[in-house]
Amino acid sequence: MPAPSAARTGVWVGIAAIAMSFAAYTSALMVRQDGAPDWQHFRLPPILYLNTVVLLASSGTLLLARRRGVAWVGLTLGLGLLFLGGQLFAWKQLAAQGLYLSTTPGSSFFYVFTVLHALHLLGGIVALGYIMRRMRAAPEGTPLGALGAVSLYWHFMGVLWLYLLVLLAVRL
Amino acid sequence: MTDQHGPPSGFLRTHVFSLDHKVIGKQYLDLALIAVVIGMVLSWLMRFHLGFPTTPVPGLGTVAPNGAAGGIMTPELYLSLMTMHGTIMVFFVLTTAPFAGFGNFVLPLQVGAPDMAFPRFNMMSFWVTCLALLVLLAAFFVPEGPPISGWTAYAPLSALGKDAGPGLGTGQTLWAVSIAIFCIGQLLGSLNFIATTLDLRTRGMTFSRLPFSTWAWFITSVMALIAFSVLLPACIMLILDRVAGTSFFIPGGLVVSDRLQPHEGGSPLLWQHLFWFFGHPEVYIAIVPGFGIISQILPVFARKPLLGPKVLIACLVAIGFLSYTVWGHHMFLSGMNPVSATLFSVPTLVITIPATIIVLLWIGTVYGARLRLTTPALFCLGFISVFVSGGISGFFLAQPSIDTYLHGTYFVVGHFHFVMGVAAMFGIFAATYFWFPKMFGRMMNEKLGKLHFILTLVGVYCIFMPMHYLGLAGNIRRYSAFTDDYMKGSLPLHRFITIAALFTGAVQLIFFFNLVWSRWRGPKSPVNPWEATTLEWSVPSPPPFDNFAGHPPEVTHGPNEYGVKGPAADYVMQAAPVPPAAT
Repeated sequence: MPAPSAARTGVWVGIAAIAMSFAAYTSALMVRQDGAPDWQHFRLPPILYLNTVVLLASSGTLLLARRRGVAWVGLTLGLGLLFLGGQLFAWKQLAAQGLYLSTTPGSSFFYVFTVLHALHLLGGIVALGYIMRRMRAAPEGTPLGALGAVSLYWHFMGVLWLYLLVLLAVRL
Repeated sequence: MTDQHGPPSGFLRTHVFSLDHKVIGKQYLDLALIAVVIGMVLSWLMRFHLGFPTTPVPGLGTVAPNGAAGGIMTPELYLSLMTMHGTIMVFFVLTTAPFAGFGNFVLPLQVGAPDMAFPRFNMMSFWVTCLALLVLLAAFFVPEGPPISGWTAYAPLSALGKDAGPGLGTGQTLWAVSIAIFCIGQLLGSLNFIATTLDLRTRGMTFSRLPFSTWAWFITSVMALIAFSVLLPACIMLILDRVAGTSFFIPGGLVVSDRLQPHEGGSPLLWQHLFWFFGHPEVYIAIVPGFGIISQILPVFARKPLLGPKVLIACLVAIGFLSYTVWGHHMFLSGMNPVSATLFSVPTLVITIPATIIVLLWIGTVYGARLRLTTPALFCLGFISVFVSGGISGFFLAQPSIDTYLHGTYFVVGHFHFVMGVAAMFGIFAATYFWFPKMFGRMMNEKLGKLHFILTLVGVYCIFMPMHYLGLAGNIRRYSAFTDDYMKGSLPLHRFITIAALFTGAVQLIFFFNLVWSRWRGPKSPVNPWEATTLEWSVPSPPPFDNFAGHPPEVTHGPNEYGVKGPAADYVMQAAPVPPAAT
């Protein structure tokens, strides 16, 4: 088995750091909610579930990109942007209900979790754009190690989102 | 995909936005040097006021007209200086110099790599850290001055804003933003250290042949990755509490400065938990590189292999792991459940076992050796001395019952300055005198180095030893002066400490002079002046931009082969060719 490339190791290490930071936010949520007199539950915007489907589909298209080429990376990127658009819509819906960052502790955590996830996903979108440029420049059929590393990150973003969705649905 | 680069061209790429790990390492060290001067001057001002509370400091009234009218500082100014001293020293000196600075310069050389795994991230890591320092220092120049909440920035004091006191408006926001930026810089750095150690080792560089200093930097980077991943969220939530009106850390019903604070339900203890979950590993982030540096340097001058190399690695890993289980010992007085206090006390005592074993390994290595008493060797011995002195007081503080009495006193100040501050500084000094020839191709002056060592060693003992007695006598910490209260009797001892601190600070001028003078005027250094085994000593001093000039070495030996029959001397280089088996 060939040694894993530094890029792949780098992504794994990055995943560890991101997972750790979301673990920190989660523990903060637990502590903050525990016996808080001001905790108000609210219903998550239903569009989040549609966004979830979009994000999971993007992981699927990225899996196919390995065999079918650069167009599928582009499709993944498009789905990623669609997800972000959907999240934006969810924030707008919440704001329309009068739920802002500082309105209730629950809404604070909702915005913190979803905005940070979106920012990390934006990083993934930039990386996908970079990969598309590299793939176009490389001769047909060249295996690209970086695609594997970026895919790893992208799939992790999907897993992280599923975790956050469950956490927010159960807790908020 | 490793992001490799060609030779640098142009001034900017060579010296400023360099991708070369060696330049970035030196930049980190320069940053730490600037930071340590600022931090030291702040401590002089504090010490002067503690020792001579009624004597005005010439010029201070002009620099700080609000905080020190007539040259005598207010308690608020004292607290803001204390906050900035702690923050600058812990983050920008004790983290950047031994870990980011020397780690960057030496680690890729020691593993036989042409550079770090991600040179662009590496460059970003430095410049982000530099930005963090500038943002922090900006707090000196805002109207209300720097924050007064200490380097630990306990909430709700740090979270409330202007109402809570001077410096807690813009100054505290700058503090939180600075530390958040710093976290990003160190995360990028740790990412590089880990990937480089795992993937860029040259042929034959197995983990059992990895030099001890590289082991230590690797373990430190794993600790830093986890620790800064928690401090960053804590800082982000603190910033949101301050600027966006959230209530993560601020409880309800607080009336501060006659104003009911518009917050509800937050948990001040949450900040302490998140902060110390980072903060305790941070202590080890500062000291474990020192452990590695000492373990690397000591055998070179003892001309003996380090005793128990595998035990050393196991102990370093154990310390790294245990450092995440002890954070509650900073919170014995925070109203935590007494059962939790006991739970945190046990691993705190357990972690002293691997630390003690490491010290015994060093002493065993030196025992019976014909030690070459060079300056780096002296600083290694000094490191052991101050680490033991500071570590022993840790045994006392680990017990909640004793800590209850001592926590708020100078005993703790003496303890952590010895074990973390001074010990880490001695590690930095040892590393500087040891690797300076490789960095600049010139030797530092030995006579000045020895003088610097002796005077510094005496100086730090005169500063920090008496603090333990003050603490036992009940001398409370964080007060700006003891002029008219029951601690008045401690004033002569405070005066003695102040004089010792000013003296020790002045002694560092010898070091600065040696640094600058040797940089241009020191005698030219050979490739391997100390007769060491590791790979960095097989390339020219200073090394070319790609380290091994395109010919990565093949490692055939461990880093610990001293006191053996080598081809020409009593040691074998790591990349020495294996002689054909004797027939």
